[in-house]
Amino acid sequence: MLNFTIRRLFLSIPTLLFISLVIFLLLQLAPGDPMAQVPLTVPPEVKQKMREALGLGAPIHIQYIKWLHQFFVIEPAVFIDWLTAHSFLFGWLPDTQLSLVLDEATGEMVQRQRVISWQTRSPVMDIVIQRMPQTLWVVALSYVVGILIAIPIGIYSAYRHYSLFDQAGTFITMIGFSIPPFFTGPLLIVIFSVSLGWLPSIYDTTLVVNDWATFKTQFLQMIMPVMVLALQTTAQISRYMRSAMLDNLNQDYVRTARAKGLSESVVVMVHVLRNSMIPVVTIIALGMPAIFGGAIITENVFKVNGIGQLLLTALFANDLPMVMTLTFIFAILIVLFNLIADILYGVLDPRIRYD
Amino acid sequence: MTLKSTLLGAVAMTALAPMVMADGHTGERGRDGQLNIIYWQAISIMNPFLSGGTKDLEAASLVIEPLGRYDENGALVPYLAAEIPTIENGGVSEDLKSITWKLKEGLLWSDGTPVTSADVKFSAEYCMHPEGGCAQVSKFNGVENVEAIDDLTIKVTFDDPQPNPYGPFMGAQSPIIQAAQFADCLGAKAPECTEANFSPIGTGPFTVADFRPNDVIQLEANPNFRDPNKPAFAEITLKGGGDASAAGRAVMETGEFDYAWNMQLAPDVLAKMAEGGYGKAVSAFGTLVERLEMNLTNPSADLPAETRSTVAEPHPILSDFKVRKALSMAIDRELLVEVGYGQAGRPTCNLVPAPALYASENTECFAQDIDGAKALLDEAGWTDSDGDGIRDKDGEKLSILFQSSTNAVRQDFQALIKDWWNQIGIETELRNVDASVFFGGDPGSPDTFQKFYADVEMYANNFDGTDPQAYLSQYRCGNEPKPSSQWQGENINRFCNEEYDALLDDLAETGELEKRGAIAKKLNEIITKDTMTIVPLVDRGRVSVASNTLGGVVLNVWDSELWNVADWYRIKE
Repeated sequence: MLNFTIRRLFLSIPTLLFISLVIFLLLQLAPGDPMAQVPLTVPPEVKQKMREALGLGAPIHIQYIKWLHQFFVIEPAVFIDWLTAHSFLFGWLPDTQLSLVLDEATGEMVQRQRVISWQTRSPVMDIVIQRMPQTLWVVALSYVVGILIAIPIGIYSAYRHYSLFDQAGTFITMIGFSIPPFFTGPLLIVIFSVSLGWLPSIYDTTLVVNDWATFKTQFLQMIMPVMVLALQTTAQISRYMRSAMLDNLNQDYVRTARAKGLSESVVVMVHVLRNSMIPVVTIIALGMPAIFGGAIITENVFKVNGIGQLLLTALFANDLPMVMTLTFIFAILIVLFNLIADILYGVLDPRIRYD
Repeated sequence: MTLKSTLLGAVAMTALAPMVMADGHTGERGRDGQLNIIYWQAISIMNPFLSGGTKDLEAASLVIEPLGRYDENGALVPYLAAEIPTIENGGVSEDLKSITWKLKEGLLWSDGTPVTSADVKFSAEYCMHPEGGCAQVSKFNGVENVEAIDDLTIKVTFDDPQPNPYGPFMGAQSPIIQAAQFADCLGAKAPECTEANFSPIGTGPFTVADFRPNDVIQLEANPNFRDPNKPAFAEITLKGGGDASAAGRAVMETGEFDYAWNMQLAPDVLAKMAEGGYGKAVSAFGTLVERLEMNLTNPSADLPAETRSTVAEPHPILSDFKVRKALSMAIDRELLVEVGYGQAGRPTCNLVPAPALYASENTECFAQDIDGAKALLDEAGWTDSDGDGIRDKDGEKLSILFQSSTNAVRQDFQALIKDWWNQIGIETELRNVDASVFFGGDPGSPDTFQKFYADVEMYANNFDGTDPQAYLSQYRCGNEPKPSSQWQGENINRFCNEEYDALLDDLAETGELEKRGAIAKKLNEIITKDTMTIVPLVDRGRVSVASNTLGGVVLNVWDSELWNVADWYRIKE
């Protein structure tokens, strides 16, 4: 298993490099101009100067290699410097200065150029890290909520196959599947914010939870985005859970267990559930990268300015370094969680061995 | 108590009442607590020199200020300057080649250090640096030298006489930044100064407490603001993101926010939201005009790339004034306004609709005249000889390709205009291009508005500040986009008129405001009603929404919308 993991990790390096090249070329080929949002009153010569200041004049391969160097060398160096200087975990180590370089002119140590966003002229990774808490709070929580609702629904629907509960569950999950969040989101806002006035329609990302009052505010403002996202997750996972349970409920070992006189709860909750969880756990693991990717539409509807909203604004502004970096981080996560899903599969199912 | 004293008391009460009202919005700084503003385009950076985006300029205007601003009527108001320099008070030299500004005395930056002329001089250096890519460098056009005469006096010298010397240091685009903070950020280093670009030290009513790019900004009242009783609000949360309708909802329907910027919403949507009862729409008109641009050159795909849509090939149909005039006459501008803009629009026949000094009284295009348009086309020799409903001449159909950017209102307009043109026997093919491509200016793309590979196109444009000289000069002969200029240039119509160019030269040499007004009006008429090169449709105002409890809001289209935020206050119930 270890061999397999190491082999897969090494294989993922060329895959990721290839992905980064494809993303880069796609972005280069895509139409658009980072100066498109600048008003028409700014003369074209000025816009040209601004483009040059962004480094757009350089040949394509130079731009690509520069990005690779910034992303794979300088950003990790900055991270290590931060770890040794400020973090709780490694702060006791001597401070490193990997990301600094001597400026010949002044003789001072200056920061090497990181991946810089064209919109904000600031390092992309700083903004990504700043956005992570919002995304993780809302999207990850909705994932957890979704799973917690989906699994019991899936189990019971399969156990009481074609019952009223099963029919209703199927109906609701089909609705959850088919109605997009740009419809459910505003619908909830109109009901709960505009008509009833119970919940805020705009998420406050600056809220610091330090007492019960702020916790309550945080809870209230998270209800709607979490519910909209959880509806999607629930719909998907409960369907998988239900079909996996159905497959197992008709197996011979279930009949054997019942014949041995085990109670129904033990049969379903121990024997069937465990075996049914194998494909569901894989599905859950494969869905994890989407958590970090944020939820573009839901984040925009509720103004939870997380990673998804960041990607969307960067796309609109043609902020190529930001789009490139974000999509590439997603690519890394997808490759990584695919690997994790494969490993989990081996761990959970003793019949599967990779070596 | 006698009747007399009771009456006297009543009189005294009524006399006092207005004073009590007035007291409601004066008092100590920060008395009204929290102000919530929402911009549906999130703010990326607080340095207007590094971003041309309106959203960024306006957010920055809370913190950093220019020497003078334009008020809601387009008049100049001193901010950091003691007064606006003019020829009369000696601030502008007789030969129009220099302007001398004097700072107010005792101004402090928010960090407590004094504001001096060195900061003003530095702001010019920062923007004029050749490697900086400053978005506002055109404000400094023609500046030869900026010198600090003493601690409070700055003299700007120009290469040529400048009839409008208020480019540098006027308006939201040209604020003063602190020399000490930005000293190491000149030229190519500008983007490296993240801290300074996100939290500039300023002289404005607020300072940045926390800046989260493209998300939210928290600001606090500036403890060193020059008026000790302002601003009334102690804190501002400036939230970004989402879309215009959600922002409008947050102000008018749920009351979570006090002010939302730039509501580009359909009139019926806005009216519906106003029923929420928490806020109202405010609108003001500037110089933004939605117009049809006529291509005077031939965009036919059969032509080689070197001459397609260039002055070498005159347009086979639209070179005829009568056809252009007929196209304009067929349009019902009132209906367009009603459909597309409501409160935020009004019909116009002018390229320069404001300020009043420069706006011609030309209203002849307001009435739709389908029959007149038909007669004009007959006169021009376009008749429907084969009876298919489309006019033709010499075997060629009167068929037009009409393009615009992708935008719901523009597509509605396109459909309406197509219908009117069909009524007068003109076949119209519609096309829309994504805005980032259409306005992107990529010389390799065939779909930019500059390349104009269509017969007619529709978009909106305006000019900065109050002086239309540069705007009208865009239509000078030779300034057209063409292959040799990488398709750059603002004379989109490829317009060329000797009288027009001569008047432009006159305008550049005239300093007196009345005369400038007369020349600008004439220029505007030549390019609109006299030649129908540009067919203005709608004067587009700006609409924002403000909470019913927010007082002091004066919507200003000549400067930042937040220009007078220091005077905003909470209306007490």
